[in-house]
Parts: sequence; C-alpha cells; structure tokens
Amino acid sequence: MKKLLQIAGGALLVYIVIVMGIAVIPAIDLSKTPPGPGVKPLTALQAEGSAVYAANGCAYCHTQQVRPLAEDKVFGRPSAPGDFAYQTPELLGSERTGPDLSTIGSSKPSDVWQYIHLFDPRAVVPESVMPNFKFLFHVVTTVPPGETAVPVPAAFAPKQGEVIPTRQAKALVAYLLSLKQTPMPGYAMNGGMGGMTSAAPAAAPAPTAAASGGYSYDAAKGQSLFMANCSACHQATGEGIPGAFPPLKGNAAVDADNPTLHIHTVLQGAHGVTIGGVAYSSVMPPFADQLSDADIANIVNYERSSWGNHAKPATAADVAAVRAKGP
Amino acid sequence: MQATVTAQHSAVSAEDDRALAAVFSAYTVSATCWLLFATAVGLLLAFKFGAPDFWAAKYLTFGRLRPIHTNDTFYGWASIGLVGLAYYVAARSSGTKLYSIKLAWIGLALFNLAAVAGTIALELGYNWGDLEYREWPWPIRLVFLAALLVTGWNLIGTVARRTTEDIYLSNWYTVCGVLWTCVIAIVATLPWYQHGLGQVAISGFYMHNAVGMWFTPLALGVFYYAIPKILSRPIYSYALGVFAFWTNLLFYPLLGGHHFLFSPLPWWLQTTAIVFSVAMLVPVWGGSANYLLTMRGRYRDMTHSYPLMFIFVAVIGYLFGSTQGTVEAFRSMQAIWHLTNFTVGHSHLTMYGFVTFAVWGGIYALLPLATHKSPGRLGIALHFWMALVGSFIYVIALSIGGTIQGLDWLHQRPFIQSVTDMAPYWVWRGAGGLLMFLSHIVFAWNVWRMTSGQTGNAGSPILARTEGAAA
Repeated sequence: MKKLLQIAGGALLVYIVIVMGIAVIPAIDLSKTPPGPGVKPLTALQAEGSAVYAANGCAYCHTQQVRPLAEDKVFGRPSAPGDFAYQTPELLGSERTGPDLSTIGSSKPSDVWQYIHLFDPRAVVPESVMPNFKFLFHVVTTVPPGETAVPVPAAFAPKQGEVIPTRQAKALVAYLLSLKQTPMPGYAMNGGMGGMTSAAPAAAPAPTAAASGGYSYDAAKGQSLFMANCSACHQATGEGIPGAFPPLKGNAAVDADNPTLHIHTVLQGAHGVTIGGVAYSSVMPPFADQLSDADIANIVNYERSSWGNHAKPATAADVAAVRAKGP
Repeated sequence: MQATVTAQHSAVSAEDDRALAAVFSAYTVSATCWLLFATAVGLLLAFKFGAPDFWAAKYLTFGRLRPIHTNDTFYGWASIGLVGLAYYVAARSSGTKLYSIKLAWIGLALFNLAAVAGTIALELGYNWGDLEYREWPWPIRLVFLAALLVTGWNLIGTVARRTTEDIYLSNWYTVCGVLWTCVIAIVATLPWYQHGLGQVAISGFYMHNAVGMWFTPLALGVFYYAIPKILSRPIYSYALGVFAFWTNLLFYPLLGGHHFLFSPLPWWLQTTAIVFSVAMLVPVWGGSANYLLTMRGRYRDMTHSYPLMFIFVAVIGYLFGSTQGTVEAFRSMQAIWHLTNFTVGHSHLTMYGFVTFAVWGGIYALLPLATHKSPGRLGIALHFWMALVGSFIYVIALSIGGTIQGLDWLHQRPFIQSVTDMAPYWVWRGAGGLLMFLSHIVFAWNVWRMTSGQTGNAGSPILARTEGAAA
C-alpha cells in the first residue's frame, strides 16, 4: 500500500502543483483583466444573440481573435486582452474555416446583409460552405405589423411567402453587429475595420501605368480589392441584390463622368438612399479609414469600367480631394 | 517483469474470471456503440463540407453535431474503451480479482449516462459556450467526474490487493491517469473563477490536458501490458518506462497554451507552452523507443498477429503525432498552420492513429483471453486495412489542404479563396472518413464475435502459446 501511495499520491501532488501554477492561478489573475477603453458589456438582446451563436457552434468555424500577423490585418487590429473583459463564455475559437468575426459589425454593418447571409449564405457569397440557418426564420404569407421581410434574392427565396427573422435571428444579428473593435492608440495596424491594406494613404503601392490615355489604373488590383471589400453586397456581377443592395451596373453615380459622388460614397459610406427609384434601407460602411487614395481609385475605376459601365476614370488625386472635404 | 504479465490465476477463481470478462466485454461493447454513433456523425459532418445545405435543420446543423462528434469519441468511445482495458490489465497484472465488480458496473452506467445526457444537451443547444471538449453543461460534467472517481477507487483497490511486490508499470499510467483527470475535470468544470481571458487560459490547459493526461497515459498503459504479453518477452527497459512516466507528468501539463499562440494570452504563458512542447520529445521518443525495442527482431510476428499490427501502428501514431505536435508548436509553424484544417489532421493522427489503434490493439489482444472467443481472420484484416488506409487518406488530405489554406492567408489572398482551395481536400477527407467508418462496422462485428457471437478463426497468439505450453 505504501508503494501505491507514494506513486499515485506523489504523481497527483506534483500534478496539482503544476496545474495551479500553469492554469488556475493565471486564470484567476486573467479573469480580472479590466475592459479596454470603450469596451462595453453586451446589451440584453446582444447577450441573447451571443448564446444563440454559442448554441449553434458558430465558434467552430469562426474565430474572434486577430493575431499580430500581417495576414490577420484584414480582420482588424491585433486583439488586446481588454477586448475580452465581457466575453464569457470565451469565443476565441480554434479554427478559421470561415473568416474571423472580431470586426464583422463594422465591416458588414447592414442587418439586411446579415439576415440574407444567415438565411442562405450562398445568396450573397456563392462559394460559401456555411450551412444555411433557415431554422432561425419564419416564412409567412403576410408580414405582421412591426416586422420587416428579408429581401432574399428570388433564386434563394421560398417559392411562396415572405421571410421574416425569428427573435433568435434578431438577437444573433444584434450580437454580430456589436462585434467591433474599439480604437486603441498605438495598437492600430489599420482602421479597425475589415480593410485589405494599410491605413496610411501614402503607403499604398504606386499604381502601374495602364497603356490607355495617360491615366493609371491597376485593373487586377481593382478587381481583387472589389472582391475583398465590395462584392459581398454588390455582388461580383455588379448587379447587387434587388431591394437589398443597389446595383453598380448602370448606376447613375458610378456611370457619371463626374466621380465625386461615387468616390464620396466609397469614402464615407451611405444609408437610406434611393437609387433608380428604389429606396435601400441597408447601411454601407465607410472605407476612408482603411483604404488608401490609390486603392479607392482602383476600386472606383474597376466599377466605372466593368459590367458595361463606361465612365471617365478617376485618379488618386481626385480621391484625395474628396477625402479632404470630409463627410 | 515476465512473471508479472503472464499466467497469474492463483488467487483468482473461475467465477471472478467470468465476472471480469463480463465487465471487460460490456465496456468494449458500450465503447463500440459510441464509436459507431460518433463516427457516423463525423462522416455526416465531412459530407456537409461539400453539401452545406444537406440536413441543415436545427438539430442537424453543423455547429451542434461537431461537438457531439468530438465529445462522444472522447468520452464515449475512447474513455469507456480504455477504462475497460484498464480494469482487465489492473486485475491480471496484479494477479488478483477486481476490487469491486459492482463499482465497475456503476462506473459504466455513469460514463454512459454522461455521454447520453451530454449528446442530448448539445442537440438541444444547451452547451457551455463553444469551449472545446468541455461543452457539456456542468451538471453533466459532474456525472463524468463521478464516473472517474468510481473508476479511480476501483483501480486503486484492485492494485492495492496485488499479489506481487511491484506495481506493474501499466498501472502507474492508468491509476495516475484517472487521478489526474479528476483534477482536470474539477478545474475545467468550476465556472466561478474563469471569465473572459481567464477562461481562455483554462481552455488552452484543458484542450491538451484532457488528451495528454487522460488518453495518453491510459493508452500507454495498454502498450506496456499488451506488447510484452503478445511477444512473451519483457518490456525492453522498465527504467525507461518509469523515466517516461515522470517526464510526461512534468512536461505535458505545461504545453496547453500552444493552442492560443499569438492570442492576447500573456506571452510568457505562450512561450512556456512552446518550450515544453519541445521537452515532450523526451518522454515521447523515450517511450516509443522502449516499445519499438521491445518489438525489435520480432516484426515478423506481425504477419500472423493483427493485434500486434494494431499496436505497432498505434506506437508509430504516438511517435509521429506527438513529434508533429512539437513541430506545430513553434511560432514560425503556427503562423501557417494555426486555425487551419492541418490541426484537424493532427488531432486525427493522434486520437485515431495513436489512441484508437491502441484501444483496438488492446481489445484484439486481450478480450479473447477473457472471453475465449476470437474474431474471424477476414474481419480483423478488413478492419485493420480499411482503418489504416482511410486514416492515411484523411490525415494526408487535411495536412496538404491545411498548408495551402495557411499559405493563402499568408499571401493575403481574398479569404474565400482559402475556402474554395480546400474543396478537393475535403472530398478526400470524406473518402478517407468513409473507409474509417466502414472499418468500424467490421470492428463492431468482430466485437460481437469476441463477446456473444460465434467464435472466429483468428486464434489468439497468446492463447495458442499458453495452451501449447499446457499441453
């Protein structure tokens, strides 16, 4: 018995000491991490949404941790300890089959986009392998007062009836839209939103000169920036989603010779605008903080020269001029 | 140690033998049911990567089924299978009967209760966050803890009444594995001290300790008993086994933080984890060398002993999987592989290539000794080759695909490209997974023949020898 006691008791004691040192004591200490500047607790509805997020295992494919690596810049600034002060259970995740969601509330601020994407991810991202969450929605024949139907594109909508979100879907979207990073001086690698490139406008690579008429535009760069930042709503076809996101194809602002309104919209975002007689309720995020003048010029020029649009190209100087005027 | 692992029936009656056989059989059958269920769920999950709208209803959505797959392979299949083996090894290597047959049955009921309740809770969307491998709500985790306590008590009681002076090495691993896991269960379950980043620290600790201080020691316990038993020769170095035991205890608990490299966890915690991930090479290479040197010169025995082949694969899985874990833990490697499907390949190389093959090797080697029934040669061969080829395809596909995924991110391509680039590798993973699942159906048939059905023609190498000696 003595021998058994020595081995089992000894191994158990050693283990308890190690566990206290490596896990329990650091955990007690880290649990007291104060919230970072501007980090606020979730509202009741957002907290309910966080529970829906956890219950349906969103964290198995989506992380909420931005690493201090160049490849993670697209998701925001590196996560700071204070970002997680109110996140219990922790939802940092261990796999990134889908994108990180630390700043999804600022990179995809439109609740309409979130609803369509949850109802059928392939309606807005054709290559997505995310499951649909139709069970978070009702299909009704008449929309009850106080509810708004989700403008699901016809190809993905139910054959009959209107799609309205359940309370769970509303809570989940409220939670997703709450996922933003607060600015942290000295910590910012870009503006804290889902941008592709560095924040400093001057740091952008010089556009390569295109052959035509003394105006430089990097078509490949423009297309990749468009795919990364714009196509989730406006779609790769430039046709948008009827009733939800306006088309850029044949869009008066995009196809106009004066690029000011087009550039202004990309820089400052928009919401509640009427385009081609259709009123759009969804919110477009501003890109001024995360894209350089040259990048925005590349994007608008890609849009101005694609899908049958033939507008006069803009230059980085045009973007700088509109930027200087402010919102 | 030869004397410790062979023929000690002096203090044990035939009735005790039958009771032990019944316990061992019941644990094996129960574990097998969980294996079938959990890997059927796994196969469905693999299919969903190609057909995300297939069975997307509330109770079949990916995010609810994934933790069911992981928890039921962990706590249904591997845990119950290993505890059944641990009971048999404890009683036989101690030359005594089980301390309490009744406690063994209570333990089995508690393990199953926890797994059934946990599965239902996850289905209904009741989980504890998405805290990997500890998603079951805390009352259910307490049931699992109760099962561990019962098992620990019973194992200690059994080893305490051994007829030998020494405690055989297998029992060091199994008894301590159960005790450590009680500590892990308490630390992971108590919610009051872990919030926010503090909970992240416990997640990192838990993810790796639940594997390395539970499945690893119990599976190594099987190695230390089954290899000498099959080959009828002592373990190469008892001292090396003891050395590996203590170094495993000192190094393994400290490496959990490597699951959160580059996270906001304190840098010292992450660096400590990397240092001890490297240190783990000492017990892993020491232990693996010990097993391989015990088999040295006897590899030809594998041609007519599938149990030995299963164990050989498990030893190689332990060596490769753990060494891969060390390589993965470096910051330079994590910058590519972290958060990709490479990790899923790694977890299957270890939980499948090592732990699951170890359980199978142990069952095929030892269950026929308890029940005096054997599987058929065809069945055991089919099981072995389908599982081996399937897991090869699985691990290689996700290792290549995960690397491509990581490189896509590194080159800052649009995120969706890392999804489309994975598509062919997810198909290969599904193909590998299908073979693995089919092998489990054959395994279930083999278990049936070893317990209740008609005995087969794959005679036990151990029984043949002991009966030959008696004749």
